[in-house]
Amino acid sequence: MQSSSHAAGGAAVPVPRLAGHFASLEVQNHAARLGMWLFLATEILLFAGLFICYGVYRFLFPEAWAAASRSLDLTLGTINTVVLITSSLTAALAVHYAKEGKNKMVAVQIALTLVMAVGFLVIKYFEYHHKFEIGTLPGRFYSYEGIQLPGVPLYFTVYFCATALHGIHVVIGMIVLAFSMVRALKKADFGPNNYTMVELGSMYWHLVDLVWIFLFPMLYLV
Amino acid sequence: MTPSSSIAAPGATPAPEEHHDHHPSYLVDGTTIKSWLLTVDHKRIGLMFLFWVLLFFLVGGIFALLIRVELLTPGPTIMDAMTYNRTFTLHGLVMIFLFMIPAIPAVFGNFMLPLMLGAKDVAFPRLNLLSLYIYLAGAVLALWGMLNGGLDTGWTFYTPYSAHTTTTVAPVLFGAFIIGFSSIVTGINFIVTTHTMRAPGITWFKMPLFVWAIYATSCIQVLATPVIGLLLVLVTVENLFGFGMFDPARGGDPVLFQHLFWFYSHPAVYIMVLPSFGVMSEIVATYSRKNIFGYRAVAYSSLGIAFVGFFAWGHHMFVSGQSTFAGGLFGVLTMLVGVFTAIKVFNWVGTVYKGAVEFKTPFAYFCGFLFFTVFGGMTGIALGTVSLDVAWHDTYFVVAHFHFIMVGATIMAFLAALHYWFPKMFGRTYHEGWGLVSAALIILGFNATFIPQFLLGNNGMPRRYYEYPERFQALNVASTAGATLLAFGFIIIAMYLTYALIYGKASGKNPWRSKGYEWLSESPPPTHNFVGPQPVFPEEPHFYVDPKKAEVPDAV
Repeated sequence: MQSSSHAAGGAAVPVPRLAGHFASLEVQNHAARLGMWLFLATEILLFAGLFICYGVYRFLFPEAWAAASRSLDLTLGTINTVVLITSSLTAALAVHYAKEGKNKMVAVQIALTLVMAVGFLVIKYFEYHHKFEIGTLPGRFYSYEGIQLPGVPLYFTVYFCATALHGIHVVIGMIVLAFSMVRALKKADFGPNNYTMVELGSMYWHLVDLVWIFLFPMLYLV
Repeated sequence: MTPSSSIAAPGATPAPEEHHDHHPSYLVDGTTIKSWLLTVDHKRIGLMFLFWVLLFFLVGGIFALLIRVELLTPGPTIMDAMTYNRTFTLHGLVMIFLFMIPAIPAVFGNFMLPLMLGAKDVAFPRLNLLSLYIYLAGAVLALWGMLNGGLDTGWTFYTPYSAHTTTTVAPVLFGAFIIGFSSIVTGINFIVTTHTMRAPGITWFKMPLFVWAIYATSCIQVLATPVIGLLLVLVTVENLFGFGMFDPARGGDPVLFQHLFWFYSHPAVYIMVLPSFGVMSEIVATYSRKNIFGYRAVAYSSLGIAFVGFFAWGHHMFVSGQSTFAGGLFGVLTMLVGVFTAIKVFNWVGTVYKGAVEFKTPFAYFCGFLFFTVFGGMTGIALGTVSLDVAWHDTYFVVAHFHFIMVGATIMAFLAALHYWFPKMFGRTYHEGWGLVSAALIILGFNATFIPQFLLGNNGMPRRYYEYPERFQALNVASTAGATLLAFGFIIIAMYLTYALIYGKASGKNPWRSKGYEWLSESPPPTHNFVGPQPVFPEEPHFYVDPKKAEVPDAV
């Protein structure tokens, strides 16, 4: 990477960066997007393992799982779903504004997304807190006596594994988006040719959203 | 996630290459330790992987020898039963996760893939460096766990035992999980590189077959590794906190663990052998001086193996109580792998047929490879038959089978690649005579080690056992003798290659007169692989004229 030289800065139009080993900017952006799609595929497969566990145990203990899933708080779950879907919209709007070079709006939309993400986690905290109190915890911590069916503790093991893994992804997504927000505020260098960073962060956020779209009906509804 | 070099080139088009008269090779372009540890050059990263992979091969090999020494006598020989369990677990773990899986993709894939595509680097150079450090972090964590308490589950971590054993499960499992990340990152990087970085003229069907093999391997890595990643985390929390997902005492299903485990671990076999097939396609064309027979069939069969490899995992579970129908189905799907492998084998043989064969060291390994693949593959077909597998299950027959196909084939390819690309990587030549001697020693030693194990297994000696009846001793002694021979072979290779590294003669640009794209660059290549403007590749890969009709190009 020694072969490039710095041109004079200060241009009004944000200048995208091109790494020395790519033929053109289009190729570079294409590569970044393709890499992200592949990464998201691996993330979906990560959750797919849990979905398989869910499916198998639901098949083995149908009644216990139906009873246990009814014990979850449907209202809180629904509110959380709405919050998360809306945050996906603002994340998409951030990309829209990044393409137009409106860096302030990018920051605003991402900030809205982050606020909703925090809201999601707070609601999740209340749900978890309730479960800690009544003792519907995974594995050997399970002490709830309300539903007496074999397989119920396993349901809550799957519930906690899936929602905790999803929660970790929410936090990672927030960090990724926060980076774009800081960049938009401090450097204001997003524009028609340079929005890949916002776009990839937003793609990741859509994945977080998408996984929840599967988790919600699986755990709360059916 | 925007990939960009540390020094950005402003402007919509890349800054033109500055033309120097002298382009230093990647080996001497920056000599400080920092210039190596923080490099983003795929060639240096490949070389660093080579160093670590060889180190872990040494560790795994030493533990293999300890196992063989222990099994010299029917009773206790040099260790107690628990130490034996930990030893074979360590041997399996290190060899599979730290040597076999990264060996060819991370070393030769990293080094050769951009060269073969006419690219300056892989698509994400910094991610590439990151994958090295993720790999090392995982290795350190896993080995730390192995040394502090050790693990006695075997490398398969079967539940419910792994959920209850008092040995250190968590750090080892988590280490393996981290190493999986390295594998995923490398896979994504190679797929994107293949899609976006091909030089003008290199269409999909002008890619060298090694690239095809690495591409197919990367697809498996990306698709299978996340599943085992999740599984390892679940078993870790099960062991630490008693979550009970796979523990029958809490309603869990251990067979579900096996399904998820083998969904990764069976395709992982192809992560190990597919790159070997790619290496061999390059080598057989070069040393037969003929274009590869059935290029498209070889390319497609790599994808075919990658595809059907995902549907064969159930053959590890013939005796786990799955239905007869499932057993039969998995048996048939397993045998399909044999069909795709046979396509490759016949094409290689067709390439050698009427070729002008130069019997150099890599070609010697090709011959060994052909034997191990066919023999290991045929025993695989036999094991894929449910009725036979029920008899051989968990005996030394299985041990011998997977060592033949996984270890034998991969070691042959690894050594062949190391010798074939040694001049490319270091610009020096090694002693051909010693190369052939050690190749013969290794092929003989390998057969002497594992053919007795086929016989042992067929006679009923179970795997993983610490003691055995007297009547198995003769074959065990033979196997240990073979392992010793194998070790001598590796010592000789280490000696003459180290000598060649320091005192070897300059090899020139293309000592094998190969038509492979990677040889168009200097040996060793400069930092950005190609001097001057981006190269154009009009010819087919492996394009050799008929040796009887036209002259071959001279060595440069």
